[in-house]
Amino acid sequence: MTNAAEQIIFERSRPGRGAYSQWPEDSEPPDDLPPALRRGRPPLLPEVSELDAVRHFTRLSQRNFSIDTHFYPLGSCTMKYNPKACNTYAMLPEFLGRHPLAPVSHGQGFLACMYELQEMLKAVTGMQAVSLSPMAGAHGEFAGVAMIRAYHAARDDLARDEILVPAAAHGTNPATATMCGCVAREIPVGPDGDVDVAALRAAVGPTTAGIMLTNPSTLGVFERRIEEVARIVHEAGGLLYYDGANLNAILGKVRPGDMGFDVIHMNLHKTFSTPHGGGGPGAGAVGVSRRLAPFLPVPIVGREGERYRWLDERDLPQSIGRLSAFMGNAGVLLRAYVYMRMLGREGLARVGEFATLNANYLLARLRQAGFDAAYPQRRASHEFILTLKRQAREFEVTAMDFAKRLLDYGYHAPTTYFPLLVPECLLIEPTETESRETLDGFVEAMVQIGREAETRADLVKGAPHTLPVRRLDDVRAARHPDLTWKPAVP
Amino acid sequence: MPFIPHTEEDVRQMLEAIGAQSIEELFDEIPATLRIRGLDGVPEAMREQEIGRLMTARAHADGRPLSFLGGGAYEHHIPAAVWAIATRGEFYSAYTPYQAEASQGTLQAIYEFQTMMASLTGMQVSNASLYDGASALAEAALMAVRAHRRSKSQRILVPANVHPHYRQTAVTTAGQQGLKFESLPYDPRGGHLAAEGLVPYAGQDVTALVIQHPNVFGVLEDVDALTDRAHAQGALVIAVVNPTSLALLKPPGEWGTEGADIVVGEGQPLGVPLSSGGPYFGFMTTRTEYARQMPGRIVGRTVDLAGHAGFTLTLQAREQHIRRGKATSNICTNQGLMMTAATIYLSMMGPQGLARVARTSHARTRDLVAALARLPGVRPAFDRPFFHEAVLRLEQPVGPLLEQLAAGDILGGLDLGAWYPELGSSLLVCATETKSDTDLERYAGAFSTALSAVRAA
Amino acid sequence: MSPSKIPADLRYARTHEWVRERPDGTLEIGITDHAQSALGDLVFVELPEAGRVLGAGEACAVIESVKAASDIYSPVAGTVLETNEALVSTPETINQDPYGAGWMLRLRPAESGTADGLLSAADYQQILQSESA
Repeated sequence: MTNAAEQIIFERSRPGRGAYSQWPEDSEPPDDLPPALRRGRPPLLPEVSELDAVRHFTRLSQRNFSIDTHFYPLGSCTMKYNPKACNTYAMLPEFLGRHPLAPVSHGQGFLACMYELQEMLKAVTGMQAVSLSPMAGAHGEFAGVAMIRAYHAARDDLARDEILVPAAAHGTNPATATMCGCVAREIPVGPDGDVDVAALRAAVGPTTAGIMLTNPSTLGVFERRIEEVARIVHEAGGLLYYDGANLNAILGKVRPGDMGFDVIHMNLHKTFSTPHGGGGPGAGAVGVSRRLAPFLPVPIVGREGERYRWLDERDLPQSIGRLSAFMGNAGVLLRAYVYMRMLGREGLARVGEFATLNANYLLARLRQAGFDAAYPQRRASHEFILTLKRQAREFEVTAMDFAKRLLDYGYHAPTTYFPLLVPECLLIEPTETESRETLDGFVEAMVQIGREAETRADLVKGAPHTLPVRRLDDVRAARHPDLTWKPAVP
Repeated sequence: MPFIPHTEEDVRQMLEAIGAQSIEELFDEIPATLRIRGLDGVPEAMREQEIGRLMTARAHADGRPLSFLGGGAYEHHIPAAVWAIATRGEFYSAYTPYQAEASQGTLQAIYEFQTMMASLTGMQVSNASLYDGASALAEAALMAVRAHRRSKSQRILVPANVHPHYRQTAVTTAGQQGLKFESLPYDPRGGHLAAEGLVPYAGQDVTALVIQHPNVFGVLEDVDALTDRAHAQGALVIAVVNPTSLALLKPPGEWGTEGADIVVGEGQPLGVPLSSGGPYFGFMTTRTEYARQMPGRIVGRTVDLAGHAGFTLTLQAREQHIRRGKATSNICTNQGLMMTAATIYLSMMGPQGLARVARTSHARTRDLVAALARLPGVRPAFDRPFFHEAVLRLEQPVGPLLEQLAAGDILGGLDLGAWYPELGSSLLVCATETKSDTDLERYAGAFSTALSAVRAA
Repeated sequence: MSPSKIPADLRYARTHEWVRERPDGTLEIGITDHAQSALGDLVFVELPEAGRVLGAGEACAVIESVKAASDIYSPVAGTVLETNEALVSTPETINQDPYGAGWMLRLRPAESGTADGLLSAADYQQILQSESA
């Protein structure tokens, strides 16, 4: 990390400077464009040398935490190591240069990877068909719920516009229901973290389109009565949607298809280790049971003999349609493909095992150190929740304060204040790629911060102290939005 | 074990700390009936060296043809520094910048990106990216419905010369919420949308008009007249633009008297590789008054406890993690790294470099069209100015011709027959600054040969 | 946290809005001290257009803090007469003076629209106590 402030790139700009070697040869000003359509004032872009740009963005990068530099125990985000080979082989020049509308004669290699990725994703999830086109988890959710709607519509079952979500669901679930023209209805969660089955039974009916569940849930525990939940929803005529945010927990142990789910999305940027890129891109492939297969979003890769080709609306006339201009985040999908091939069947099965081992170990150590688990009677899955309500009450130090102080200790903060059900919560997910020593170091930091909370609460409440900036004034940011840089008026 | 650091001794001690006999025991809450024994259907593991060999062979099979394809994705030179920096682990493997103090690099890059995109499009505010250009159009349509409070119709007019995949994506995405997309015909001679085409809608409640400029044919639209007419008829204007073209063309914020209301487009031309269609990024800019109706992340500059400037995600109450079912969109993960690459690209290009890319791409396409139109039976389909793509009408069917060219490792353009059967045999071609005189000569030569061969067949 | 102020002369809704009957028979509506305190520093207010006809319990405005957004429901049916436009540029007024300068809208109640069915200050107080228990 570097704490030295970095100028806004526009402040480095000098008229007439430029990265000349990167520019193309110039051409005559066009004489065929009507003056009314031409740009007058040039856009506000920086005028800097190549070195200026390289130094500026390299320094900016150094003002970030990242997996390559820090431990990221971010619950529900699965911040595991992103193997470098995945990047290297996805960025072979032929793959980078391939145009999305290039004929399949110039894409059999790429399409083979995509086809095999579809097949592997079917195998690990127990679903019958897969489309790779959604570009993020929420995009996959959209595709999934749209397919559920299309399924009901195809059966003339038109009253089904309610999507049930557990009270602890990720915000994208209800937002997706709205995007699909449905209404989200919350189902309460019992004190043990499982869905309240009686409430579910009372909620389902002829307007139920389906239910969206993560399993293990966002509370970090396995939904033990999943088969019963599936039966209740199916008997009411609804379908089951599996939010794959927590697929890492069960990889190789149990499959959503076997639990009775009709449609799932997979966050390839979580479970299959493609990078988060500071917010994206991800990939949100969807898998479906046989009854939803006709509705999959296009395009999909099909195989005829030894040749691969795109399947589009002509092959899937009931498809919900197209979700983007082309086929999705191909480069991300190639990275996931390389990752899955490097792990293979045994390596993928180990993912769930060691993610679970690490989470349970970390939970055990933290509890021994005096921290409170939100669900102490339950086995942790690949993640778990601590509640700091005792610390908040006794020392007025909140979960957010702990999270910010962890940054000073060199650990990225866990997920805070999600799920909202648990007061003062930290949702912690270590992933399988972290070593025991790293987990021990994290426990040590938490213990230290706990001591500081008792003796030097201000130190914790004012954290972080060692990062490029202290806590930021979010209220000012929202009340007086400064969203673009403006040159000083001379 | 691949990417798992545990030694046997680690596992033993960790299980002891947990109080479990085996890793297997940690899964005891999962009903036994649901457990699987293995992952049949996934091949055996490959070592890095083996997967490298496989991927290299597959890449080689796809080759590196000489391409004149456009149609929404464009080949441009990408300075070496762009991806050298964007793939630094600190950008590549960072999480979404929710913890602002640990993400100042990404946040500042977004702030700089927002500044560049707002200026390039002539608007006041920008978000931090959407999935791609087509999904950005879908989001713009939904946003127009929210922003245009007086309009209750949810009707969006979309000319037929908007990229068909964009139109399909908008219907798939926004149609779910009841938005109605109505098609407007294009002028058969010019390929553009005539402003008179809007007259039949006068007096009706229309939420927005979409203008793609340059449109799918590469043709420039009469943006001033269209924008003014749409506004006079009470509709908002959604502009779909190519960012490279904006170095040369008037930005949407200056269209007509009041400018466009929402601007979206495909960011791929700004330093993002073609990569079979993704990851790219969609951009979106708008007026200040509509900022809170935008989907996606937005970064603002503020101060920290000590009064120092810093950056943070802001206006977050629009987003799903706070607003849940009432959010402006369900988008969460965006295309952050591509946006970072674009910010680096635009910094290296600057106003002059980007203008050169635009001018040269335009000039190369003019050269290409002139060279091909000299061949017998080939003529431009439309008589209006274009940017860096153009439609040629042929006397022979396009499919066999393109196959012949592809056999010689030339991707000769896009057969528009499937999208626009009314145009007959028509071919969409594109030449950017990446094409040399030699490339154009090679293409024209091969084209001529292929024409004769197809004619003879 | 200091106890919330609950003026005795106002009526309250379970969704934390207050209603003041004005001498001319119109109603003034805002959010309670408890609500503003729970939301935290407000950063944005979206108000309905004058002339809009509201049903009882209809969502008619939105307020945002950094960490939350909340719909405001009209406690009674009626027509919007005017809104407090000053809040748009200074939403913090609601934090500072929720029952005074932080009022949000004024309504002409519909024939059926009456504040009679709403909670008294004492009832509202009891609800807050049971919520925090």
